[in-house]
Amino acid sequence: MIAEPLLEIGDLRLGFRTELGFARVLDGVNLTVGRGRIMGLVGESGCGKTTLARAILAVLAPNARIEGGTVRFDGMDLLGLPRARFEHEVKGRRITFVPQDPYGAFNPLFRVGDQIMELMKWKSPRREPGERGLGPLLTRYPSARRKADRDAVLALLDEVQIPDPTRALTKLPGEFSGGQRQRLLIAMALMTKPDLIIADEPTTALDVTIQAQILKLLKRLARQHGVTILLTTHDLGTAYEICDEITVMYAGQDVETAPVATFFKHPCHPYTARLLESLPDPNREIREIGGEVPSLLAPPQGCRFHPRCERATPECTTDRPPASGSGPHIVRCYHPLTVATQVSS
Amino acid sequence: MNSDAQPLLRVEGLRRYFPVRNAFGVQTRTIKALDDVSFDLRPGETLGIVGESGCGKTTLGKLLAGIHTSDAGRIALEGTDITALDDAARRAIAPRLQYIHQDPGNALDPRWTIGRSLDEPLATHSTMTRSERRASVRKTLASVGLPETHLELYPHEISGGQQRRVGLARILTLHPRLVILDEPTSGLDISVQATVLKLLRALQTEFQLTYLFISHDLSVVQIMCDRIAVMYLGRIVEIAPTKELFATPRHPYTRSLLSAIPQIGGRRVTDTFTLEGEPADASNLPSGCRFRSRCPKAAAVCAERDPILEPVGSTHQAACHFADTAQGGANA
Repeated sequence: MIAEPLLEIGDLRLGFRTELGFARVLDGVNLTVGRGRIMGLVGESGCGKTTLARAILAVLAPNARIEGGTVRFDGMDLLGLPRARFEHEVKGRRITFVPQDPYGAFNPLFRVGDQIMELMKWKSPRREPGERGLGPLLTRYPSARRKADRDAVLALLDEVQIPDPTRALTKLPGEFSGGQRQRLLIAMALMTKPDLIIADEPTTALDVTIQAQILKLLKRLARQHGVTILLTTHDLGTAYEICDEITVMYAGQDVETAPVATFFKHPCHPYTARLLESLPDPNREIREIGGEVPSLLAPPQGCRFHPRCERATPECTTDRPPASGSGPHIVRCYHPLTVATQVSS
Repeated sequence: MNSDAQPLLRVEGLRRYFPVRNAFGVQTRTIKALDDVSFDLRPGETLGIVGESGCGKTTLGKLLAGIHTSDAGRIALEGTDITALDDAARRAIAPRLQYIHQDPGNALDPRWTIGRSLDEPLATHSTMTRSERRASVRKTLASVGLPETHLELYPHEISGGQQRRVGLARILTLHPRLVILDEPTSGLDISVQATVLKLLRALQTEFQLTYLFISHDLSVVQIMCDRIAVMYLGRIVEIAPTKELFATPRHPYTRSLLSAIPQIGGRRVTDTFTLEGEPADASNLPSGCRFRSRCPKAAAVCAERDPILEPVGSTHQAACHFADTAQGGANA
């Protein structure tokens, strides 16, 4: 806990202007990711986990409006950073992205190698900071750097177990299976030697045996390269597999953060507990969470889970609970299930 | 079990090949989407069909529902052959056999009220009078837990979860015997999934339904199904009662599949999972056993002879040359 965390998001509020009104998608989200850790961002559809990931990369839709809060990355204030500097130094370079859909991430008409080398032309770690071009068409790719980049690419493709990397570069995306494409995308995310990889549901589109292979690969590479990963997922099993810590979000609010073992053994927030109970388990009956996720156009005041929570009291309906608990286990609830302190050791 | 009772559905040697054509329309290869699949479905039971993408589970569902036609084999529903029916005959059996898409709510006509959507199947398939139909629609709507006031609403006025319930109600108004559920929980959040599974169970008891439950999610299949058939590249490789399949899987593929499910609180799959590679190209299958190219137990005999589904217990069948020698346990 001495080193400064790599990523620190404080009280981030943002929403989208829509035809029906302003949708408050993130309502004061806090998230801290330590260096070299794998943080899982867990929640159901519409909880804002993908929006949060996109907000860090500043790739939100044009109708988004950030209303307040901070995003600090390695000592820099990302929201205040000049756009050109952010694009040049951070986006796609120090922070990279692994998308959910390996089928839509490549242009089907260009060879995989061309698409990877195009990325390296602009984002290669060997590119000089002062190397500015005359726009996409007129900028040259120095041949010495191209050669060094190509060798690095081939080494990485080998590391993600793509058979025959040299030949793989000449293939079209359609010649790879979904699992292979996800391996290519993981390799691409590592090529710029990033500090942080944001992986948005990286295995959701894959079959279960392929998912196991990809998770194994991602975990191993993260440790070997010392990369921090922010992994969003709706699948608690995936989170259990590779995460060190897990943050749960509900309807745009972070409700609980805990180390992975504590998270599954001693969930404190009622929502987390009910979420874990709704997992299919042959040894007990299925339990559902009554009610539905609230509309973000008119979200409930206070804790957004209160309309579905059996422990809710009047104070839950007016003010959002502050963060409580000690050490790495933080819960935002007035009536947590167990005392956070007893399990934080 | 009541294995002597007449099966509700009997499938024998079902086969469906899809041609792959080149730019000139000449068939170059064949995808064997379904290759000699046979099984029985008993009244009242839930049979799970699991497997990865491309294993043929959806093709199987569509063949049974008459959406695709089969190239060979026989499907019998309550003793009647329904393999190749003309449109009129297919319509006649439709009330008994219903197919539910991934998101049944999506199938609702946006310009029809919920009431009209629910009335349509009855108007088409039954001889009830208008007032009888109205009473029946109300009863069905109540059974999926929706208030009567919803009859006047349009699909966009209710939530996605409620649309899904209406979609289910629409199928139940006909009181089918067999319901084919194609990936009913895929893409759902776990809390919504829990609601849907509970509803499916309640409806099964109330309407005495038999389910063919097609899913890729083994943890869901485990809690919902009485028996499970595991498919791999167009074949059933193992079929057994759920408990037995999970306790003593006999086929190496089943074992790999089971060991790939993350088990919260238990071993981590990322530490233990060993299956390498991906399924073979369905249009260019390996000789002999289709799993051979990924199988840890593959031997010379596997390349020569294609194993057939054989009994390895009173209720347990597996298609592997080494099914007898393989010791069970997904965690082994």
